[in-house]
Amino acid sequence: MPAKSFLELMQWGPQGWLDEMFFATGLTLAVAVTGFLFGLAFGTIAAIAKLSRWRPAELAADGYTTVLRGVPDLLVIYLFYFGGSSITTSIGHMFGATGFVGLPGFFVGTLAIGIVSGAYQTEVIRGAFLAVPPGEIDAARAFGMSGLGLLRRIIGPQVLRYGLPGMGNIWQLVLKESALVAVVGLSLTLPELRLGDLVVFYETRFSDLLRQAHVAAGSTRQPFVFYITAVAFYLVLTTGSTWLFRRAEAWATRGMRRV
Amino acid sequence: MDFDFLGETFVRLLSGIPLTLELAFSSVGLGIVLAVALALMLRARFLPLGWFADAFVFVFRGTPLLVQLFLIYYGLGQFRPELQEMGLWWFFRAPYYCALLALTLNTAAYGAEIVRGGLQSVPAGQIEAARAFGMSGFTLYRRIVAPIALRQALPAYGNEIILMIKATSLASTITIMEVTGLAHKLISETFRSFEVFFAAGAIYLIVNFAVTRLIWLAEHRIAPDLTLAERTAELH
Repeated sequence: MPAKSFLELMQWGPQGWLDEMFFATGLTLAVAVTGFLFGLAFGTIAAIAKLSRWRPAELAADGYTTVLRGVPDLLVIYLFYFGGSSITTSIGHMFGATGFVGLPGFFVGTLAIGIVSGAYQTEVIRGAFLAVPPGEIDAARAFGMSGLGLLRRIIGPQVLRYGLPGMGNIWQLVLKESALVAVVGLSLTLPELRLGDLVVFYETRFSDLLRQAHVAAGSTRQPFVFYITAVAFYLVLTTGSTWLFRRAEAWATRGMRRV
Repeated sequence: MDFDFLGETFVRLLSGIPLTLELAFSSVGLGIVLAVALALMLRARFLPLGWFADAFVFVFRGTPLLVQLFLIYYGLGQFRPELQEMGLWWFFRAPYYCALLALTLNTAAYGAEIVRGGLQSVPAGQIEAARAFGMSGFTLYRRIVAPIALRQALPAYGNEIILMIKATSLASTITIMEVTGLAHKLISETFRSFEVFFAAGAIYLIVNFAVTRLIWLAEHRIAPDLTLAERTAELH
């Protein structure tokens, strides 16, 4: 059988792989967004701990950021993937379950990415908070604002403004780091999706972009075609999000005096 | 936690350190040469050179290292007959060389931006003064531009070295048995991921700490006035 041409391989539908690559890009994006949001949660907690002036919390947060930024991401993913299921299995046994109790791969993978990116986000959030002029907080207090009102009206918007460029960099890291879940074979099974009469997909198991390229490469014996396609799809994701972050920065700094 | 097993694992993982460091330092070393070349191309008056360097940096910074690694190791396998004909197959067949190539190209792209920043930081007045003294071309670069740019770029390059030490772990996905590769093997043999993670993590933290200190020493060596400034700051 002669080798298929690039356009034949990249058809939409059962003959080609374009639809698979396209949905895999969607899963990669979902992994990255979820991982980033987990990271935002961990980063916020760790930043509060670092700013708390309560020594044990500070030490714990310092330990967290030092370790997670000093250790390869792949190692953390291995820990969560293999270690996570051994914990759930032993917890399951305590409650009388038998055999292997696994966790959903999507949850484990995104949690691992979140833990790592949270360590980087901690410093961004902390730096952005410290950049808020203390005089503004004093002024707000003088106006009688406190607690949530102060956070929502004065601190929040400015932390967002100062933190956005750093967050943009971390988002790029997370997007690229999400490729690592391909190593442990993260996938997500989704039920049939219909839009009116159109069946977008039947119940399908989705892999991430790199995994999908790996599978397609193995099945067609044209690895270069699929990895270079994955490269192109990743470039679309990174450039597209760079543009979005630039727009968001412009929005968050609107009305600011520029020097 | 089983401390005997932890200690045993630590010792077994130590044997992966030479390969981790070898990959990290050779890729950073080769990468710096490429990075300087790319940074000079970005400044070149001949535009196609700049476009090439721009595209290179864009692609390698915009995609995951793991994808680059798979593209080189698995992807280029598609051209095996052509590569054999060119006498290059021995290189692309070996996981080690593929890992080294991917790491080198990747760090070169990030390094090019660092070097470019360093070159941009050289005050125009210094270059004008050097020209007024009759320096030009290579001498100007060697005596004026390079020392200033180097001082500026070294801290950022220190970060890049740490990132590369961590990045070598990806080589384990194409059968290279460095620290992470050994750790993965031990996890799948023993299913004791916590102990193995702690041992491997400790090794990376120790290595990174040592490298950070070395870079710090180098920074102070090439920027003695920085040390002086810090000393006076301490006095006050």
